[in-house]
Amino acid sequence: MSFSVTEPSNGTKWFAGILVIGYALITIAPLLWIIATGFKSGPDSIAYPPKVVFEPTLEGYVNLFTDRTRATQDMLDAAGEPQTWYDQIARDQGTVITGPSRYGERFMNSVIIGFGSTALCMLLGTAAAYAFSRFRVPLKDDLLFFILSTRMMPPIAVAIPIFLMFRQLGLSDTHLGMILLYTAVNLSLSVWLLKGFIDEIPVEYEEAALIDGYTRFQAFYKVVLPQAATGIASTAIFCLIFAWNEYAFAVLLTSGTAQTAPPFIPTIIGTSGKDWPAVAAGATIFLVPVMVFTILLRKHLLRGITFGAVRK
Amino acid sequence: MAQIRIENVRKEFGAFTAVQSSTFTIEDGEFFMLLGPSGCGKTTTLRMMAGLELPTSGQIYIDGEEVGQKPASQRDIAFVFQMFALYPHMNVRGNISYPLKSQGMPRAQIKAKVGDVAEILGITDILDRPVGGLSGGDRQRVALGRAIVRDPKAFFMDEPLGALDAEFREHMSEELRALHDRMGATTVYVTHDQLEAMQMGDKIVVMNHGVVEQFGVPQDIYDWPATKFVAQFIGSPPMNFLDFNGRIGAGQDEVYLGDVAVKIPPSIDGAEGALSLGVRPEHIKLDDNASYRGRIVATEYLGTTQIVTLDTPNGVLKARVASSDKITEGQTTGLSFDARTVTLFENAQGRALRSRANEGVLIHG
Repeated sequence: MSFSVTEPSNGTKWFAGILVIGYALITIAPLLWIIATGFKSGPDSIAYPPKVVFEPTLEGYVNLFTDRTRATQDMLDAAGEPQTWYDQIARDQGTVITGPSRYGERFMNSVIIGFGSTALCMLLGTAAAYAFSRFRVPLKDDLLFFILSTRMMPPIAVAIPIFLMFRQLGLSDTHLGMILLYTAVNLSLSVWLLKGFIDEIPVEYEEAALIDGYTRFQAFYKVVLPQAATGIASTAIFCLIFAWNEYAFAVLLTSGTAQTAPPFIPTIIGTSGKDWPAVAAGATIFLVPVMVFTILLRKHLLRGITFGAVRK
Repeated sequence: MAQIRIENVRKEFGAFTAVQSSTFTIEDGEFFMLLGPSGCGKTTTLRMMAGLELPTSGQIYIDGEEVGQKPASQRDIAFVFQMFALYPHMNVRGNISYPLKSQGMPRAQIKAKVGDVAEILGITDILDRPVGGLSGGDRQRVALGRAIVRDPKAFFMDEPLGALDAEFREHMSEELRALHDRMGATTVYVTHDQLEAMQMGDKIVVMNHGVVEQFGVPQDIYDWPATKFVAQFIGSPPMNFLDFNGRIGAGQDEVYLGDVAVKIPPSIDGAEGALSLGVRPEHIKLDDNASYRGRIVATEYLGTTQIVTLDTPNGVLKARVASSDKITEGQTTGLSFDARTVTLFENAQGRALRSRANEGVLIHG
C-alpha cells in the first residue's frame, strides 16, 4: 500500500472556499451590523423587523461628539439659523448643540494609555526576554514561573488591593497609573512570548556580530531585534488589544481625567434616552485604531500566531 | 597575523569541567587543527580563544598580548561558524561589509575591499543577492568573505565544512587550504574528522574529555601516538592493540606475547603489568614463516587494499594488505610486525612508553 499527496479536487476546493466564506460572514456580521447602526437614525436603529436597507444619516456621529439639549422655541429663536451641517442635524431632531461631548477626550485617553502601555511592555518585555533567553540568570526557572503565575488568576481578582494601592500612591484616575497597570498585566505574556521568539534566533548571529567588532548592545540592537521583529509585532498586537479593550479596571479606577473609551461608551445610553446609533458610532470609531495597527503588522502576525508550529 | 599561545587554560561550567588545564602554541601562519570526538572541549577551547567564552583560569596570548578576559570585539579575530551564521536580514554585500562598518571605514573603501574579497572567493555575481537562497557552498564562501575582509590577526573555524554534503566538502576543504596558503594567516580549525585534520592541518591537537592528549604534526601523531586514545581515534581502521601481561626494562628491545618474542624499538621507560603492543594495520604482514599465529576471520575489500580481520591469542587485529593477496577465511596464518613502527602502551593510564623511536615526538607532546 502506498500513500501519495494529491492536489485537492475542484469539488473539495469549492467546498473549502464556501466553508471559509460562510465562516467569515458569520464572524463579520456583528461588526457590519454595528457599523451600519452607526449610520441609522434613532427609529431605524430599533425598527422591527430590523432594517437592512435604510437611509444613512450622520445623526449617531453628531450625537456622539456633541452635548445637546432639547430645544424650546425661545432657544431656537435666539440661536437663529443653523450655522453648520451638524447644527442642522441636531435641529432636525429638535435639539440644539450646547458643546462638544467628552468622547474625543476619552478616545485620546485610550490611545495614550493603550499605546503607552504597549510600548512600555515591549521595551521591558524584550529586554527581560533577551536576558532570560541568553544569560545565566540565577533562579531563572523560578523567576519565569513566578512571572507566569501572575497570569493564573483573572487580573480583576486583585482589583480591590490595586484600587487601594492606587489611592495611596495618587495613581487613581491618572494616565500613568493606567499605563503601569496594563503594563503589569501584559508583561508576563510578553516576556513569555518574546522569550520563545528570541530562543529561536540562533545565538551565532550575535556571536558573529561580537566577533565583527560590535558590542553586546549593538549586537542585540542591530542583529537580534530585526530578527525578532515578527515576535515583537505579534506580541505588541496582543498587548494592545488587551489594553485597548480593557473595561473592568477602567470602570473601577478612572472616572474623569484618565477615563478610556470603553467605560464611556455605555454612558451615552444614559444621557438622552437609548441612543443606539451614537453607541454604534462610538464603537465603530473605537475599532479603527486596533484594526489599522493589526493590518499594518499583519504580515508578522500570521507567522507570530503560528510560531513554534514550524521549525526553521 | 599572529602567534597564539594557550597557557594553563581551564574552563568550568558549574561543576562540569569542559577543558582541563591546557597549554599549546600555534605558530604564526600555521593551519592548526583542534581534533577530538564531540564533547571533548575542542569547541570550548576555540571559543575561549575567540572571546565567546571567558576561561575560568589561564592565559591566552594573541600576538604577544594577553587577551584571556577581553571581549571578542577587541581581539581582532575572525570566526567562521558551523552553520555560517550569515545575517539573514542583509544581502551578501551587507554581510561581508558588516565587520568593516563597525570600524567606521568610509563607504568607498568598504566597497573596494568587499569587491576584492568577492573576487578572491569568486562570488562577485551574487553580491546583491539575499543570503536566504544561497547554496551551501556559496554560504560558506560568504562566511569566509566576512572573515577575511578585514585582515584579522587569526581565523577561527568551528567545523566549517560540517554543514556541507560529502562531495562538496572535499572541494571546499581544498579551497580553504588554498585560501590559507595564499593569505598565510594563522588559522585554528575545529573538527571531529581525523581525515580532514590530517589532510589539511600543519599541526594537530588531539583532545579528549577536556584534556589535550597530544600535540604535533599529523605524521608524528599518526606514527607515534602518545596515548591509546589517540592511537584509536586517528587512523581507519585504528591502531591494533595486542594486550598482554608482562614486564619491560629500560633498553629492552623485545617483548613476549605468550612464548613468542616480538621485536620492538629499544624502550627507554620500564613498566610492568597490563601492557599493549600497538601496531598500525599496514604494519602487520601475513607471513607463514612467522611464529606468531592468528586465524583469519573476515576480509573487507577496499579497492587497492583489503582489511583482514584476525583472531589472535592477544585480541582481534585488523591488517591492511594488498588486495591482490589471496586470503582465505578460516585459515590460520603467521603474523609479523614491523619492529620500527611498534608502540608499547601501559594500560593503567593508557600512555605510550617512551622508546628510541618515539622519544623525539613525545618530548613536546
